[in-house]
Order: sequence, then C-alpha cells, then structure tokens
Amino acid sequence: MADPVIRVAGLAKSYETAAGLFPALRGVDLAVYPGDYIAIMGPSGSGKSTFMNLLGCLDTPSAGDYFLAGENVAHMAKDALAVLRNRTLGFVFQGFNLLPRMTLQDNVALPLVYAGIGKETRRAAARELLDKVGLGKYADSLPNRISGGQQQRVAIARALVNKPQLILADEPTGNLDSHTSDEIMRLFGELNAEGITIVLVTHEPDIAAHAKRQVRFLDGEIVSDQLTAVVPGGEAC
Amino acid sequence: MLKAMLGEAWLAMGANRLRTALTMLGMVIGVGAVVIMMAIGQGAQYAVQQTISTMGSNLYIVLSGSFTTAGVRSGSAGAPTLNVADAEAMSELDGVINVAPTHQGTRQLVYGSQNWSSQIIGTTPAYLEARAWSIVDGAAFGDSDVRSATRVAVIGKTVAENLFGDEDPVGKTMRIQQNPFMVIGVLGSKGQNLDGRDQDDTVIIPLTTAQRKVFGTPFLGSVRMIMVQADSAESMPKVEAGITALLRQRHRLREGMPDDFFMRNLSAAAESEAATTRTMSILLGAIASISLLVGGIGIMNIMLVSVTERTREIGIRMAIGARQKDILTQFLLEAVMISFAGCLLGLLLGLAIALGINFATGMVIVISGSAALVAFAVAATVGIFFGWYPARKAARLDPIEALRYQ
Repeated sequence: MADPVIRVAGLAKSYETAAGLFPALRGVDLAVYPGDYIAIMGPSGSGKSTFMNLLGCLDTPSAGDYFLAGENVAHMAKDALAVLRNRTLGFVFQGFNLLPRMTLQDNVALPLVYAGIGKETRRAAARELLDKVGLGKYADSLPNRISGGQQQRVAIARALVNKPQLILADEPTGNLDSHTSDEIMRLFGELNAEGITIVLVTHEPDIAAHAKRQVRFLDGEIVSDQLTAVVPGGEAC
Repeated sequence: MLKAMLGEAWLAMGANRLRTALTMLGMVIGVGAVVIMMAIGQGAQYAVQQTISTMGSNLYIVLSGSFTTAGVRSGSAGAPTLNVADAEAMSELDGVINVAPTHQGTRQLVYGSQNWSSQIIGTTPAYLEARAWSIVDGAAFGDSDVRSATRVAVIGKTVAENLFGDEDPVGKTMRIQQNPFMVIGVLGSKGQNLDGRDQDDTVIIPLTTAQRKVFGTPFLGSVRMIMVQADSAESMPKVEAGITALLRQRHRLREGMPDDFFMRNLSAAAESEAATTRTMSILLGAIASISLLVGGIGIMNIMLVSVTERTREIGIRMAIGARQKDILTQFLLEAVMISFAGCLLGLLLGLAIALGINFATGMVIVISGSAALVAFAVAATVGIFFGWYPARKAARLDPIEALRYQ
C-alpha cells in the first residue's frame, strides 16, 4: 500500500475548563491512504470535531504526532499551518462559508490568491472547477443568488482549486434537504472515484453510508473502524 | 497578491458605503482644516515677508535726542544733537554699508492747478540704496546734487498719480513751499508698510535742499534722523555698539551721562512680526492636526467594528490558507485606503475653501506642494497607525473560534 496521506499516532487534545483539564481526545491512532473515503461519526462531545480541527491544521494537539503527507505537523507554527491548509487541504463546511461580497468565481479563486498565483491562472482554474461542479454559468453571480446546494458545490470547487491531497468536509449536508444532500454526496462519490481522498464528519448514518470506511468516535476515542458494506444503507448504523 | 487585496479592500469599502463615507469624513475635515490653515498661515507669512522686503533689511534709525525746556520735554528728535558730520563718521564704521542722514516733514505740493500734501524726505542717495528702492522712470539724484543743494525731486507713485494724473512727471516742475523743484525720477511702488501707511506717498529731495529751502534748520548741518544699514543681520549688534560709542565720543558725553540720541532697530520689529505670524501658522496647523487625530480615531473605531463583524469571514480566509500577515495586510490596506481617499477629498475641499477665502476676502493665501505632501504623509501615517491595532486583532483571531462565530 502507498504511504498514508494522514497518519496520527496517540493524538490527544485537552482543553482548559473551569472544572479543570478536559480531555476531548485521548490518544487516537488512524491512517488515511490516498483514495480513501472516510466518514467520521459519533455523537456530540465524542471528540470528532476536535479531531477534525486537528486534521484541518486549525488547531495543534496537546500530545501525539500528526503526519500530513509525510510531515509531522503537530508542532508547526501558525503560518506554516496556514500554508498547509492552503496547499494540502481543502475544506467544505456545513454552512458553505462563501464570502458574500465576492462573485462565485472570486470565491473559488481565493485560495489561489493566498498561494500567490497570478490573476489569469486564478481565473482559468476557478472557471474550470465551476464548470466541473456544473455552475460555470453563474461565475459572475454573488453567492446569495444561488441555492444552498449550489453554494455547497461552489464551496467544493473552492476546496479543490489548489489540487489538495485531501478534502475535509464537516457536516457538508447538514444545512441541505435530503434531495440536495444526495446530489452533494454523489459529487463526493465522483470526486473520490477520480482518486481524491475525502474525510467527512457526519452524524447521519445514511450520509456516512456513502463513504468507503466509517470511523466511530465516543468519549474522545475511536470505538470502531470498519469498511462500509457494499450495499449502502441500514447495516452501517 | 497586493493587487487582489487592493480590489478586496475596495469591495469592503463599497459594502457599507454610508459608514465608509462617514469614516472618511473625519479625515476629510482633518486634512481640509490642515490645508486651509497652512494656506492662510503661509499666506500671512508671505505678506509679512513682502512688507519686510519693501522696508529694506538690517536697518537702524538713529534719532536726535530730546530736550527739556521749563519741564516740557520735546520727545525724540526734538534737540538738534545729530549732524551730517556724525553721519559721515558712522559710514567709516566696520559693518556699515549705507548711512543716510534724513530730514522729513509734510508739505503741500503744487503742480499746475493740482495740489497735494505729502511726506517730504530730504536725504542722500544712500537712502534709496538702504531701503532697496528702485527708480522706474527717470533717474535718482546724486551726491553732487546734495553738495550743491539743487532743486530736484524723486516722487512716489501716489504723488505722481495725484499731482500729474496721466502726464509723465519726469522733467516737469512742481512747487514745494513756493520753491520750484524739477521732478527727475519716479520711484517703484512699495505699497503699505507694517503700520499700513502708504510708502508711495513720498517726495525725496536732496538733504541740503530740504534743509535750506523747505524745512529750515536751527544749525547748519544738523539732522533729525540718520538711517544706517548694516551689511548683515549678524553684524547688527556690533554696528549698534559701534554707533553708540562713536556718538558718545563725538558728543563728548561722559561716563554716566545719558545718550543724547535714540536708536531704533527697524528690522527687529519686522522680524518679531514675522516670528508672530510663523508662530500663529504653526499654532493653526497644530490645532488643525488635532482634527486629523480625531479622524484617525474614527477610522480605528470603525475598523474595530468591522473586524468584529467580519470575524467569520476572517475564519474562512484563515481556513483556506490566509496567513496572519495576509489578514493583517488586508485590514491595514482597508484603513489606509479610507485614510487616503479621505485625504484626497480633504485636500480638494481645503483647496476649494482656501481659494474661496482668497476670492471673498482678498486675504493672501499660499498653497504649496509641501502642504499637500505633508497631508498625504500624515494620512498614510494615520491610516497605518490607527489601522494597525484592529488589523492585528483580526490577524490574531483563532481560526476555530472565528469560524464558529455567528
């Protein structure tokens, strides 16, 4: 098997609270390989959000190691993490998180601005990805002119624009109706079929069923890690 | 990257136009006030300098002393203590370049059917040099005219207009106290002096002629006033001491006896006037700068609000790879842009008002490029200074917290 995109070992995170140190994550080991499609599940407070923040290089762990594309990022400085988020990761959020004042094309191109890429290249890349998610004709519209599902597609295009090694999706269908959710999940399926590695967080079993592998968190630990059955549906619950 | 960020800053400014405009207004008023105050202040300085330059530089006036008769004191230049010989001795002193003994008074002038009362100054050619007074028509009289007491006159512009009208005065003969005087030259215009008196309302004639034909004099050769010009401002104290010592010695004044003459430093009065206007204009500028400061605080205030409002946007930007310095640059750029735009408008407003003041009141204003440059430098400084704290606050946000912010 190829080298893992992500390998975490003994990853732990504690928060200072009024009641003392609260361990949100207590020693997690996980490896994500290129082409993986993993759903992370678990109830609120299980540590899955903390885990996602660590995977997304938005936070640094209290203990343990996190290798992203072979590099240990556990103790990197903030700006180095920003560069990683820009070049190696793509984010898709529950609330879409497009910038309201920018056209869809500019939204998609924004990561390239921070990568220091020239204007023409940015435009072309953004345009190509908008076409890919089927929204090329809205390139010059503002986000509030399109539906939630369409906004999420734009967000996915933005996540892809820097050709990341990994897409992190945090409840990507949480704000969408079931029909639109299916469309988004189909898009993720297609992207994964093209070889893009995806890690998504969800608490809905039927969303998780789209993934190839399901990892379950409880009380800051992984309690199960299994491949999804071939037929999407019931038994993965 | 910077270009993209400029575009974004422009978008952000346009997103809330009224707020941006109001924030800018602080800068507009501040810069406008500075520009107006500087224009007025520099205008006042210019006007004073003009006046000083017409008066002549590094001048002393030595007046003859007062005398007391039965308890009635005559005031300065009452006693005939100074004479032409004193003046000649003064011209030998180190640092003295021009000495002009003068005798002046007001007399009626007559030419044809016109008459006019004017100030008559009897003096030597050195007087015109000391006061840097040029002849625009005809010629000045020379030392030989003084020696032979010829009846010639050089007249000021006001006299020429009132007495001769459209005629060319040069070569014409007018009368001063029944004595015919030939006008040989017309003086260049000097305008008003610091007291507001018209300097062009003057007739200058040879000293000897004035004493013998016009004013009369108790003793031959005595003068009321001697004008002395030093070669530089630095040598003025030396010249003053030299004149005092010389006159005391020539007048045989013993130790402890008071001077029988008075000395006035004409330049000192003018310099102090110039210093006053300079101080005034600095003061005006300083007061105007305070409004600039207030404008800057306005920018900081709005930028802080903006950072809070856009916390989520900052979180999104950070998540997709903005480094701290990218966020810092973005907000700083916005502050500087507001500041610059305000400055530009303020500059235009200030110029318009300054020109309006000039047009409406005729007050001298001076608009200099340096004032505009200073205003721009200040605007950039204000933008960076007051934009720094909010921008740093934005850059230091925790991305997780920022993303969660509603």
